[in-house]
Amino acid sequence: MVSLQGKRVVRREDHALLTRGGTYVADVVDPLLDGAGHVTFVRSTMAHARITNIDVVGVRAMPGVAGVFTAADLDLGLSPMAVPILPASMARPWLAGDVVRFVGEPVVLIVTERRDQGEDAAEQAIVDYESLPAVAHVEDAQNDEVLLFPEHGTNTAAVFGDEGDVSEFEGCEVVVRQRLVNQRVAVAPLEVRSTAAALGTDGRLNVWLSSQAPQSARHAITKAFGWELESVRVVAPDVGGGFGAKIGLYPEEMLVIWLARHLNMPLRWLETRSENMVAMGHGRGQIQHVTIGGKRDGTVLAYRLDVLQEAGAYPSMGAFLPYMTRVMAAGVYAIPKIGSHAKSVVTNTMTTVAYRGAGRPEATAAIERAMDLFAAEIDMSPVEVRRRNLIDASAFPYTTATGAVYDVGDYRRALDLVLDAAGYEDLLAEQASRRASGEIRQLGIGIALYVEITAGPTAGKETARVEIRPDGRAMVYTGTSPHGQGHETSWAMIASDVLGIDMDDIEVIHGDTDLVPKGMGTMGSRSLQLGGSAVLEATEQVLDLARRVAAELLGVEVDDVGLDHVQGLFRRLTDAGVNGVEGAGVSWQQVASAASGEGGSLTASADFKATTPTYPFGAHLAVVEIDSETGMVTLERLIAVDDAGRVLNPLIAEGQRHGGIAQGVAQALCEEMIYDDDANPITTTFADYTFISACELPSFELVAMETPTPANPLGAKGIGESGTIGSTPAVQNAVVDALSPWGIRHLDMPATPQRVWRAIAGGAAFNNGKEA
Amino acid sequence: MDISLNVNGTTHSHDIEPRTLLVHYLREQCGLTGTNVGCDTSSCGACTVHLDGRAVKSCTVLALQAEGHEVTTIEGLAATDGSVDGALHPMQEAFRDHHGLQCGFCTPGMVMAAVSLLDETPNPSETEVRQGLEGNLCRCTGYHNIVEAVLAVARESS
Amino acid sequence: MIPASFDYERPLLLEEALGLLTEHGDEAKVLAGGHSLLPLMKLRFATPAVVIDVGRLDALSYVRDEGDHLAIGALTTHRDVAGDESIKRHVPLLAHVAGQVGDPQVRQRGTLGGSIAHGDPASDLPAVMLALGATFVATGPQGRREFSADSFFEGFLETALTPEDLLVEVRVPKVDGVGWSFQKLTKRAQDWAIVGAAVLHGDGATGVGLINMGSTPLRAVEVESALQAGASPNDAAALADVDTEPMADLNADESFRRHLAKVLVRRGIEEAVAGVHK
Repeated sequence: MVSLQGKRVVRREDHALLTRGGTYVADVVDPLLDGAGHVTFVRSTMAHARITNIDVVGVRAMPGVAGVFTAADLDLGLSPMAVPILPASMARPWLAGDVVRFVGEPVVLIVTERRDQGEDAAEQAIVDYESLPAVAHVEDAQNDEVLLFPEHGTNTAAVFGDEGDVSEFEGCEVVVRQRLVNQRVAVAPLEVRSTAAALGTDGRLNVWLSSQAPQSARHAITKAFGWELESVRVVAPDVGGGFGAKIGLYPEEMLVIWLARHLNMPLRWLETRSENMVAMGHGRGQIQHVTIGGKRDGTVLAYRLDVLQEAGAYPSMGAFLPYMTRVMAAGVYAIPKIGSHAKSVVTNTMTTVAYRGAGRPEATAAIERAMDLFAAEIDMSPVEVRRRNLIDASAFPYTTATGAVYDVGDYRRALDLVLDAAGYEDLLAEQASRRASGEIRQLGIGIALYVEITAGPTAGKETARVEIRPDGRAMVYTGTSPHGQGHETSWAMIASDVLGIDMDDIEVIHGDTDLVPKGMGTMGSRSLQLGGSAVLEATEQVLDLARRVAAELLGVEVDDVGLDHVQGLFRRLTDAGVNGVEGAGVSWQQVASAASGEGGSLTASADFKATTPTYPFGAHLAVVEIDSETGMVTLERLIAVDDAGRVLNPLIAEGQRHGGIAQGVAQALCEEMIYDDDANPITTTFADYTFISACELPSFELVAMETPTPANPLGAKGIGESGTIGSTPAVQNAVVDALSPWGIRHLDMPATPQRVWRAIAGGAAFNNGKEA
Repeated sequence: MDISLNVNGTTHSHDIEPRTLLVHYLREQCGLTGTNVGCDTSSCGACTVHLDGRAVKSCTVLALQAEGHEVTTIEGLAATDGSVDGALHPMQEAFRDHHGLQCGFCTPGMVMAAVSLLDETPNPSETEVRQGLEGNLCRCTGYHNIVEAVLAVARESS
Repeated sequence: MIPASFDYERPLLLEEALGLLTEHGDEAKVLAGGHSLLPLMKLRFATPAVVIDVGRLDALSYVRDEGDHLAIGALTTHRDVAGDESIKRHVPLLAHVAGQVGDPQVRQRGTLGGSIAHGDPASDLPAVMLALGATFVATGPQGRREFSADSFFEGFLETALTPEDLLVEVRVPKVDGVGWSFQKLTKRAQDWAIVGAAVLHGDGATGVGLINMGSTPLRAVEVESALQAGASPNDAAALADVDTEPMADLNADESFRRHLAKVLVRRGIEEAVAGVHK
């Protein structure tokens, strides 16, 4: 059997997804869920208000209503904080009782026999509010004039690092400052949140959850309600995308789970997209102030990044993400002095959470914009400025001024590869020609280099168990929880390579805590390097066990047993190796049968612990065309070098890059979750929220680069988020580059027609570049 | 109201409320959960099925409006190509071979839209493929491999 | 998202449909393709007590050549309008724009009559009707009535139709060989136009319709007059926002819309004059 490493193996997951569709939570059929009630939430229409009365008499009178609950009907204590550093005085209530703090906050929970009855009944709830001043913008909220939690005394939920130190920039010939908006976006997985819960005949609660981390969810559920861990089983069936927003649990999900046990009644909950847009965590949401200083020869001497993070109404993972932003502030550059301060502040908006990249795209966007600003100020090519400051390939492991220890990289090569693939000189010539002739449609070229941190911020771990069944088939149990990443295929590839068992005879099991009680799930680009490595280690251990059994069957010493990967047979080793041997070997089936015949089984578990996080890197180049009369920006090309170490399955790795790039481009060009000045959400449907479609994107030009990491036996770094991290600043820089003839040095995202047109209208007279 | 509807070659009869949307009828009454709902505003196309062989958004069609027409869902697509049990329609095959799906949620609608697209435009350019899929949103693939898959099917059948 | 409950009627004959409309008046909504009405009903912005599904009135789906104009049945879908050979030959502007409405799935269900009767200022086809100088035929208690496109759109989502009327036919003059252009700016392909312009200009015909420049679909009358008086595309287009009252929304404020109208109308005239499309 030829090694599968590096092969474009098509996914085994796809047949079912393509012929009958996935089985998402709403599709789960289980006898325990027969006759399940449906949960519907009545949500706040106010951004900030005191609840003066809740009248549910009309709700109870509606057809099919089996239960109505308000905060007064619950006795559950405070909900837990997602991150321990966040103040418990800002904990979110399970249902809003006294005060609502964002539009979409659940106020009443209704159980009905059918789902349509829930929507009808919800219309009958009468909630009286006494309006409170609402604060929509984080720069206002930080002044603490309107407090969301008066007893906490401030809107600031978390602070990272020290205040600025101006001495950092002493000795710089040039210092450039800029405020940057890394706008809030909707995570928008195609499958919205959904939960089902039912007590089993054994008294245990079965929970089906659209989740990236079912094992963690089980711990969170049982801890929050004081239940025994063993009393709950969590299943993540097929999951229709997560992108970070399905890592943790939301009060809606927790209430459905709690209520199923409280009422001893099977329950289902499926939100609508309109609910999802306002009540699933949002991503990004940083106001950044960058200061960059250096010499006129292009050397950057100092850099400062100050972050104001929108936490939303109730701080959660998003409030922690500036920590990641600060860790990665240096980007790919050897900058001697770096300062950074961050704080997370609450506003009357939905909570922010992790979103593909989670804190790192913000860091890259800041430093890559800063490099372009610095280049413009000293009138040097952005490529040249970057080249002069890159960390050298010989310098790894490299410790940045912020304390990150980059494992391995070759940033200069990534830059060269992307410029070469793009035909950079030709692009510059085309741009100059359009500028000279003053064409309406101008070209912009944007470059961004990135390095990010995956499987971090501390060194991660993951679990796997591998078992060979008596029929010779292998079972792989993984603690990762794929929702599109193809682990069933990739983990089978790893196991097959080690065991010489055909992939078709290897089953991969995930996402059910009865079958896989331990695991961390899938997030932070961790799965292959941690979960895959755990599979590799467990598989190698099983092979060792098998060789011992085979030695007995063959009547030879263990050291004399080899595995013939081509035929999947154990044979006595000779000088010529396993393949040159005559005589019969023993099969996996024989070995496994023998093992089980002796009352044992061929199984091994591995808890893989990485020694360090890994630092994928790359370079993206974007080419945009702007219509200077309408402000419309069109992405013409996106060329990407993404180095995630050794690639197991290029087909899947490329898919991850494509998806990431599209989401990154979307942030640069069109997506923004908008609240008005009174904190009313505006972009609450897919008709208003500009979720990017096929028409706004070109096909992407991917360039391969592999620098294996020493951090794990697969040599793999994470690939799930790279595309998002590199593409956003590349596109934003391209837009600003296209606008530079009007003297424009910066434009915040997203580059909507109105924003671009307004920049041009307010810019300087068009400079065709002909004057020296 | 009583409804009788031909879905994937089988006649289904139920008593439903007039407000029942076709997608809910397919999922809840017929048990065909391959067709998904991804939005409230006819924007995402996850609910795309064929009505008399052409792509429509089943979240914006009342089940009663579909009465008398032939409905085909992802579960019945392979059979329309004369495939035997378990085999894939060429579009399904291309999506698999080109990794045109990840989480799979948009996939049934995307495949149904893509089949309809080639039906209308057998030899599309890349731009025509992208425009033809303008009503179907995907969060995972960046559309790159979906477009590849559709172009591959077009090439093979021409 | 499920609509509020309603009674469902599915007339098979036009007379039956008219009887139901008379019986239920403004309690009822006419359901054609459903792509304007059902989204509103799902969000419960519209909660009609009765829905009259006219989708089985097959007699209202046709394209007939009637000499100097084409008569198009109100239930003709956007897809059928876009693909109809006689529309493509005689009124190519209409065929082109019908092929741009929404997305393919929407065009498969949405109807020409439905789009016009909804009267959305952000919608593409009403502006085309204004540029073409179309005539709409409705049937109701007052018998069969004709409206010029000019007099039809009365307010935001309000038309000259009474709740008892049913739009049955759209008549568009043949404009063989006349230059035309359709320009629209959208944030995303499937989106409503931020601003759009349908331009017809050449031998024997001049018409300019504007999308999303006020509470109703609008004709750019000043532009048309200037063109007829021989003004340059640039000079004529400078009048594109005269008598408009563009709304501000998250995509564009008033001044940006006024600017876009001028740019898009100018481009449209230039393209029409150049004979890019005829």
